[in-house]
Amino acid sequence: MVLRIKSFAQGQPLSALSADTSICGGRGLSEFAVELRDVTKVFGEVVAVDHVSMGIRQGEFFAMLGPSGCGKTTSLRMIAGFERPTSGEVYIDGKPMGSTPPFRRDVNTVFQSYALFPHMTVEQNVGFGLEMKGVPRAEINRRVKEALELVRLPQMAKRYPRQMSGGQQQRVALARALVNRPKVLLLDEPLGALDAKLRKEMQIELKALQREVGITFVFVTHDQEEALSMSDRIAVFSKGKVLQIGTPLEIYERPNCRFVADFIGETNFIEGKVKQIDGEFAVLESDGRCFVGRAGEGLRVGAQASLSVRPEKAQLVEQPMNSANCYEVRVHSVAYVGSDTRVIVMLGDQHFDIWEQNSLSTLDPNYFFGPGERAWLVFRPENALILAE
Amino acid sequence: MIQALREHPALRLVALMTPGAFWLAVFFLIPLGIMGVISFMSRDAQGFPAPPYTLSNYQNIIRDIRFAPSLSLEGGLSIRLFEGLYLDLFWRSIWISLVSTLITLVIAFPVALFMAQLPRRYRNLALFAVMIPFWTNFLVRTYALQFMLRGNGPINTLLRSLNLEPIELLFTPTAVLIGLVYGNLPFMILPLYTSLEKFDWTMIEAAHDLGANTWSAFTRVMLPLVSPGLVAGSILTFVPSIGSYITVDLMGGGRTNLIGYSIAQQFSASVNWPFGSALSLVMMIIVTIAAVIYFRSSRGGSRAVI
Ligand SMILES: Nc1ncnc2c1ncn2[C@@H]1O[C@H](COP(=O)(O)OP(=O)(O)O)[C@@H](O)[C@H]1O
Ligand SMILES: [Mg+2]
Repeated sequence: MVLRIKSFAQGQPLSALSADTSICGGRGLSEFAVELRDVTKVFGEVVAVDHVSMGIRQGEFFAMLGPSGCGKTTSLRMIAGFERPTSGEVYIDGKPMGSTPPFRRDVNTVFQSYALFPHMTVEQNVGFGLEMKGVPRAEINRRVKEALELVRLPQMAKRYPRQMSGGQQQRVALARALVNRPKVLLLDEPLGALDAKLRKEMQIELKALQREVGITFVFVTHDQEEALSMSDRIAVFSKGKVLQIGTPLEIYERPNCRFVADFIGETNFIEGKVKQIDGEFAVLESDGRCFVGRAGEGLRVGAQASLSVRPEKAQLVEQPMNSANCYEVRVHSVAYVGSDTRVIVMLGDQHFDIWEQNSLSTLDPNYFFGPGERAWLVFRPENALILAE
Repeated sequence: MIQALREHPALRLVALMTPGAFWLAVFFLIPLGIMGVISFMSRDAQGFPAPPYTLSNYQNIIRDIRFAPSLSLEGGLSIRLFEGLYLDLFWRSIWISLVSTLITLVIAFPVALFMAQLPRRYRNLALFAVMIPFWTNFLVRTYALQFMLRGNGPINTLLRSLNLEPIELLFTPTAVLIGLVYGNLPFMILPLYTSLEKFDWTMIEAAHDLGANTWSAFTRVMLPLVSPGLVAGSILTFVPSIGSYITVDLMGGGRTNLIGYSIAQQFSASVNWPFGSALSLVMMIIVTIAAVIYFRSSRGGSRAVI
């Protein structure tokens, strides 16, 4: 399959900001803009980050995704320099950070609460970083103006943060960070405080902005859809550990463990024992039935494992088919949701979700399965994944 | 009645303000008015205020002011253009009060900062500790302080036991300063603590993130954001210092004269109420002007916060 996503920034003239970035921001020689090597952070009894290693490439939009409390913020704060790793090391542009304080690191943060200075106007807020670096006044003024234009708030320069809406404050926070042309921009759930509609808009805008300025973005979120739609690569966190790092496609189509399969998108699990492994594929026996699917990592014959099938990758048919993974089921419930029909069937005593795309325009209610009907569930081995426990 | 109060906010406001306004009118404005009148009176044979009305009390305050440029290093560098008995007195009072306010601020800030960062359950305990001195009469505490600074008091005993020269502290301007700082410390700590407790520490992280070192983060972000507490504490310290009497009397022993002490003298020993009243009013005007200037100049910071 080929994914074709049109770049939002395509054809747009690059702003002066991005033009300068290549000179002043300076892409370093290191492959990774940020690298964590075996980083652990312990707070008292709590292991917030547990032996995490990852490399964030230059110019990448990198998401750290995971449920609340899994150590995303702590990882981000160690990159920013607000926390020091208990063990391991953070590298920025190839240089070990050690105890380098935040104000000597070439990174900037967009805080979840925005953390705008309430006693300064928008332009004073945005100019603060440049002022601290001793940039001449005239250049500060010029760059602040550019940055405010970049986030489309040029007319708000004289306002105080409290006179602005949440979305506008968010843009100011972005401008305040970007104006410094950092090597890496760290964003901690930057869209978390916005309402759903504004969040969607900002997702698109943020992604476009990242392409425009070409700065490496490290983006923390607990919203998997947000991570999938915006990122070049995603690191999935759970309980302080990084479980998988990959492109959205890899993470969704080839989760490497049950947690990732479960956390990203929807999926059906069938638990059983591994009966056979044959190269790329394996057979799982569950409740007397045998299922064939792609073999995940670390699978052993005889061990407990789960088969994961996404609801949109399974079908319901009226007649049994002579193929692998075809089992009789009883339709439990049917929900027509416009684009899809979402059917829940009973496979033995287990619920199984199937989303069928409504690709045919029809008003005939008999076209759909009805509750209580007998049907056959099928899915292709390529569309199922057998994951070790 | 209650119904009417509920429905009319203006009426409610009047009702809420009446007791306080009445109190202020009877015990502050009327006496102030009386003092104003007395300040334009002469004295009778016993020294009590009596007509005829005159400007001479005020003239006496400014009469001896003359142009006399001078530069002295006594008690810090001071450049003077004018001198005069009462002008000097006012000047010294303001100067000592300013210095005491500054010292109080420098001592109080770390304490308030420390208190604000304590775990929540210890904060009230710390507040309580700051207020404990109020349980003892100020006069008693000042006598205790006097005892501390005496020639054979604990401080000099300690110095002697360390084979150091004892220092003469009591009845010096330094002793007055120590007394003022000691007495005013809680009034500086409490408003500062209130501001610092509300302070959002992500502001400091944001400042560091943007390249501010510790000093810049402190001066550019923290100070402006806690300025309401700073202003309140400074005024609560500066104003009572200028008018202080007990501390000046007991710690300065009458040798370090401040304006509040002088005024008290006029009402007691000198039995010159009209002149005392005139001095009081001039002092009030000066303090008011100083406070207004201070408020104005610090408003930039506090405006955005309040
Ligand atoms: N300063 C701290 N002191 C103690 N525990 C902390 C501190 N910061 C984070 N933690 C703990 O570390 C874990 C990870 O927190 P965090 O990184 O904020 O997670 P996330 O951002 O993924 O929600 C949590 O259990 C949290 O309670
Ligand atoms: Mg977090």
